[in-house]
Amino acid sequence: MSPRLVPASADAAGRRPDVPLRITVDGVPYNGAAGQTIAGVLLAAGRRSWRNGPSGAPRGVFCGIGACFDCLVTVNGDRDVRACRRRAADGDAVTTQSRAADSADPAGTDGGER
Amino acid sequence: MTRHVVVVGAGPAGLGAAAAALRAGARVTLVDSAEHPGGQYHRMLPDAYRAARPGRLHHGWDAFDRLRRRVTGHPRCAWWPETSVWMLERSAPGEPRPPRVHVLRGPADGSGRERRVLEPEALVLAPGAHDRALPFPGWDLPGVFTAGAAQALAKGERVVVGDRVVVGGAGPFLLPVAASLLEAGASVAEVLEAGTAAAVARGWGRRPWELASQAGKAGELAGYAALLARHRVPYRTGRAVIEARGDGRVEEAVTARLRADWSVVPGTERTVTADAVCVTHGFSPQLELPVAAGCALRAGATPEEPFVEVDADQLTTAPGVYAAGEVTGIAGAPAARAEGLLAGWLAGGGAPSAPELRRLRARRDQGRAFAARLAAAHPVGAAWPGWLRPGTVVCRCEETDYAALCRAADDAAGGAAARAVKLGTRAGLGPCQARICGPTVAELLRRRAAGAPGRPAEGLAPATPHHRPVAQPIRLGELAEPPRESE
Ligand SMILES: Cc1cc2nc3c(=O)[nH]c(=O)nc-3n(C[C@H](O)[C@H](O)[C@H](O)COP(=O)(O)OP(=O)(O)OC[C@H]3O[C@@H](n4cnc5c(N)ncnc54)[C@H](O)[C@@H]3O)c2cc1C
Ligand code: FES
Repeated sequence: MSPRLVPASADAAGRRPDVPLRITVDGVPYNGAAGQTIAGVLLAAGRRSWRNGPSGAPRGVFCGIGACFDCLVTVNGDRDVRACRRRAADGDAVTTQSRAADSADPAGTDGGER
Repeated sequence: MTRHVVVVGAGPAGLGAAAAALRAGARVTLVDSAEHPGGQYHRMLPDAYRAARPGRLHHGWDAFDRLRRRVTGHPRCAWWPETSVWMLERSAPGEPRPPRVHVLRGPADGSGRERRVLEPEALVLAPGAHDRALPFPGWDLPGVFTAGAAQALAKGERVVVGDRVVVGGAGPFLLPVAASLLEAGASVAEVLEAGTAAAVARGWGRRPWELASQAGKAGELAGYAALLARHRVPYRTGRAVIEARGDGRVEEAVTARLRADWSVVPGTERTVTADAVCVTHGFSPQLELPVAAGCALRAGATPEEPFVEVDADQLTTAPGVYAAGEVTGIAGAPAARAEGLLAGWLAGGGAPSAPELRRLRARRDQGRAFAARLAAAHPVGAAWPGWLRPGTVVCRCEETDYAALCRAADDAAGGAAARAVKLGTRAGLGPCQARICGPTVAELLRRRAAGAPGRPAEGLAPATPHHRPVAQPIRLGELAEPPRESE
């Protein structure tokens, strides 16, 4: 049981066949369709969480529209990108972020640039 | 010289405002952080999906499609997609000009976006709202989404959040969300309206003519109800999700019957297997831009849920600044559109006496009445904090739990400000800057200060968690680049 992308062939909206793209998350490849957000690619691949809160608690999508900042990731070196708002681009190198003290995330705290 | 109107937000309100300002003869710059107009209601599919029948996912698609083409293709309209307003810079005191509008153009949260500054003669703010989700044990487990997230993913990129979904909270928005999930192939275990049947019926039934005047909305809601019935999805009133459980992700939801004040009826708990839980208990208007512009707010249902104050012309208390849509009250897309049309016409210098305005004002007034009815029919019950346990996370960013908040509130009792509580617990100081927990923390503190939960507090000024001078994140590198001035 998991989230998924409605198959183009079964979509009432009459989508043409998906244009495939591939991104990596911490080096692991994920296949998606052009037009999906980074959060959409991860969810559709069955991954519900990718960030850690201060206690290490897992976080993924919550609000879906850019208000909660739960979904932050680093994209091609840019920290604190809202995965629910950023369209995935073929070849994007995504790395996950963590606010946990013992995490390997070099910057440690996200939201730091604001 | 033609008047320059900047419209922030291209949802039903902002698109309507742009159209009306153009009709009034103004030059319009329409900005939205999304790639397409439509806002939350007419959230469009990405171009890359090459959808032949996008209207299948929408109500009123044809009219919307015509309107957005007319507006974005208009010779006097500059349509700026993927453009976020990150700051409003107020003019000198006494100068009757709207603020200068600072924007960033480029992919969401990217680096090296282009900085521009707009200097409008009139500004229309239509940034909309986001779901208000009350905390409950387990609401921070992956697999718990706001209802709006499920809706945005299903409508906007055809991703369905789970296989077996529980939808719960309060208000008519539960219905389109359940309908979208069904349409996208999920099974919806149940739809739970926390308000009791009596409360909902009272709210909706008292003045049916107001409902009839929102005919578009009534027909739409009836359609959703029929869809739910066809799929045999139970719609239960007086019941809520009071806990989500699972190992690292949602595996089951605990629901319970509620009294009218949303206290749990003991012994009515039920466990439902689900891989996703979608909740919404109302909407929070996005107030940072109106607050930055200096607009006064008016009280909503509770002191923690204010809206932008507007007069009969949709003008705020800030010179040259109009507001329209869900920032002024929650009444759905048709009401937002009516407000936008009125605001845009007047902002664009259209004659206040134009005969068409009579009908428009009447529609706007119906919208306001509908907002009041919605708020009355679906109030947040005062006893909801009864769901919380000491260890329940209230601030998702900082993981501040309910016990820590209560302790801080008690320490602060006797005059200490919300600010002290904030610094002590860090609640509201995380990346979301209190967008999600702000009203909830303020409400919990107010109730705590007033003694028994549920008793209204007298004369206690709530924290105003809507002050965010930087409305959208900007990177240091972008800040270092001088903006390009545009007229
Ligand atoms: C996630 C979500 C989904 C919804 N789906 C439905 C639905 O399917 N059916 C329904 O009946 N109601 C839905 N609603 C309710 C909906 O909000 C209203 O009915 C309607 O869309 C309100 O119109 P609006 O123009 O006031 O705001 P919105 O439609 O929210 O439009 C506001 C626009 O402003 C833009 N914006 C905000 N801040 C900035 C900024 N700083 N810079 C640039 N642009 C900015 C946003 O990107 C957005 O496009 C939904 C609400 C949410 C939160
Ligand atoms: S899910 Fe809330 S900001 Fe992305």
